[in-house]
Amino acid sequence: MPENLFKINSKEYILPGSRACQGCGLSLFYRYALKALRENTIVTLPACCLCVLQGLYPSTPVMVPALNNSFASTAASASGLVAGLRALNKADTTVVAIAGDGATFDMGIQALSGAAERGTDFIYVCYDNEGYMNTGTQRSSATPMGALTTTTPILTKQQPKKDFLKIMEAHNIAYIATASPSYPLDLYDKFVKAKKIRGTRYIHIHVPCPPGWVYPPKDTVKMGRLAVETGLFPLFEIENGKFRFTGRSKTQAERGNRLPVINYLEKQGRFRKMDAEQLSQFQSMVDAKWDEYLRKTEG
Amino acid sequence: MSKVQIMTGNSAAAAAVMLCDVQVVAAYPITPQSQLAEMMSQYIESGELKAEYVRVEGEHTALTVCISASTVGARVFTATSANGLLYMHEQLHWAAGARLPIVMCCVNRGVGAPWTIFNDQQDSLAQRDTGWIQLYCRNNQEIHDTILQAYRIAESVYVPVMVCYDGFVLSHTMMPVDIPEQEGVREYLPPYKPHTILTPDDPRCLNPVLFPNRRADSEGVLRDGYMEMRYKLEAALEKALGAITEASDTFAKRFGRDHGGLVWGYRTEDAELHLVAMGSLASEATLAADALRARGIRAGVTGIRAFRPFPKAAVRKALQGAKAAVVFEKSISYGNEGALCTEIKGALFGTGIEPAVYNYIAGLGGRDVKARELEAAAGESWDDLSAGRREKNTTWLNCVTE
Repeated sequence: MPENLFKINSKEYILPGSRACQGCGLSLFYRYALKALRENTIVTLPACCLCVLQGLYPSTPVMVPALNNSFASTAASASGLVAGLRALNKADTTVVAIAGDGATFDMGIQALSGAAERGTDFIYVCYDNEGYMNTGTQRSSATPMGALTTTTPILTKQQPKKDFLKIMEAHNIAYIATASPSYPLDLYDKFVKAKKIRGTRYIHIHVPCPPGWVYPPKDTVKMGRLAVETGLFPLFEIENGKFRFTGRSKTQAERGNRLPVINYLEKQGRFRKMDAEQLSQFQSMVDAKWDEYLRKTEG
Repeated sequence: MSKVQIMTGNSAAAAAVMLCDVQVVAAYPITPQSQLAEMMSQYIESGELKAEYVRVEGEHTALTVCISASTVGARVFTATSANGLLYMHEQLHWAAGARLPIVMCCVNRGVGAPWTIFNDQQDSLAQRDTGWIQLYCRNNQEIHDTILQAYRIAESVYVPVMVCYDGFVLSHTMMPVDIPEQEGVREYLPPYKPHTILTPDDPRCLNPVLFPNRRADSEGVLRDGYMEMRYKLEAALEKALGAITEASDTFAKRFGRDHGGLVWGYRTEDAELHLVAMGSLASEATLAADALRARGIRAGVTGIRAFRPFPKAAVRKALQGAKAAVVFEKSISYGNEGALCTEIKGALFGTGIEPAVYNYIAGLGGRDVKARELEAAAGESWDDLSAGRREKNTTWLNCVTE
């Protein structure tokens, strides 16, 4: 990696005093991502928590230009930015689309698929907090099975989470990566790398959400780490079709020391209704997915 | 030297977009707009037009691409029809709300369900309240010239413009069109100067969340609330009345063709009976006016070119000597009457200029409207007026209603 712990960009692009919730995983990811992307960057975003973090007119704590757009149009907006910048001979500007899971897994999937199929030269970031957190914790197709949300308030979500990374993999794009704000150096490196690659790059960030997941705000970093250490959210990248684990997940894959998912689930109020059978079903799903990734590494 | 070519409405539109030095085009094909999307691809792939063409996966994206490209400072173009336009609806508000001078052709077509591919104006009329300027063209020359004018208008008031023309009736019908020289168009239409540009050189957050009330920025200067922003869009549309007239007058001086700015008249000097319509229907109405004159009725046509902003003063002036205004339109505001009819009545109310207003819904889903049918309907209205029947329900022309 060209940059690391000792070379990380010391400049801040988010000033103190954003409108994000206390303990927001998004603000942590956004801070490191912008450090890696640096000045010559334009961000486009839909209605989401980032739109709130970005601030209320006429002030913003963010030092990069940002364009707000409608819920379904993040990747479409990026396509327009890329085309406009190309037409104006400013194609060296990095266009970054950042959307939550609702605007990615659900409403924005068409625009993202379209942009990826066209090979649009941009970075798409999904910050996945596993629900419509900006509107108050409703179910999305990224919500895990067994989670309580305000639209699955009694029976919990019955369906497993959509495997969005698999969908993006099927687009055969230039670069795919997962990252967690709990592992900022791994995240930082991936953004530095993505900025240098041409074509469509997709980075999936697992973003812990204290009010939505029901845990104390001080535990955000811990929650993100548990997601990785249990193998529920492995850190990896797929470059030119080649899969490889990175960071903490890489050492876990080598040593075979994953924690049981119960360690992660029991710390969040949203999973309090899960019974023993559901827990074992959940563990089986995580195991199966982990094994699938292991096979990809070997292959 | 300009050159005259025989071309379809879609070709006339494409030729105009070429002349406007457009930098980004994004479109999704839909009948009867498809040829226009295809011709723009042809021009750009062949290198005749130096622009980016984004082949999008749907109309919601088509307009979004134009919005973002316009935000970084590019001159953009898109075109659509019918359900494609309805699919864009959300983004129409974003384009107008962000005050982006986008020009879009709406090749008018009826909307599903049930499906039709043929012409009426329900699609664009249904977008009446999105904050776009809407101009309606009566022939292929006017389509061509209106696109040149549309960029000038849009870029002077920072409001997007929809250039509407009737699907098949104009889009696929060949007529002679005089294409001006590039140099003359460049003088008429200077390069796009954005009011706000999204650039790393001067970072801003555009279209953020707004409070209802005004609010001080970090320097203590009071900035707009949501309502002030909305007022400014409305004020810009009011200002657009002048911009449309200016664009039309300057065009007439430079290129020698005058399509009328906001409204146009045909044999209206002494007319007591006005046939009022938009687009190709208004063109057809001129034949009906001639026929009515041959019968001894002093008839004329008031053609509405700008539907938004609605030219209230120009309509009052046009209809001040009228005893009857017969409004023909290819759309309906369901549960009421034709939207144009409502607008005409609204413009005249309380002014003392009060002709009897009769309303006909005509030609929905491509049903043919003949000049003699317009003549008969206007003649019938004239008889109604003579018999003292000033109030009549909306009539569906040439339609079985029992």
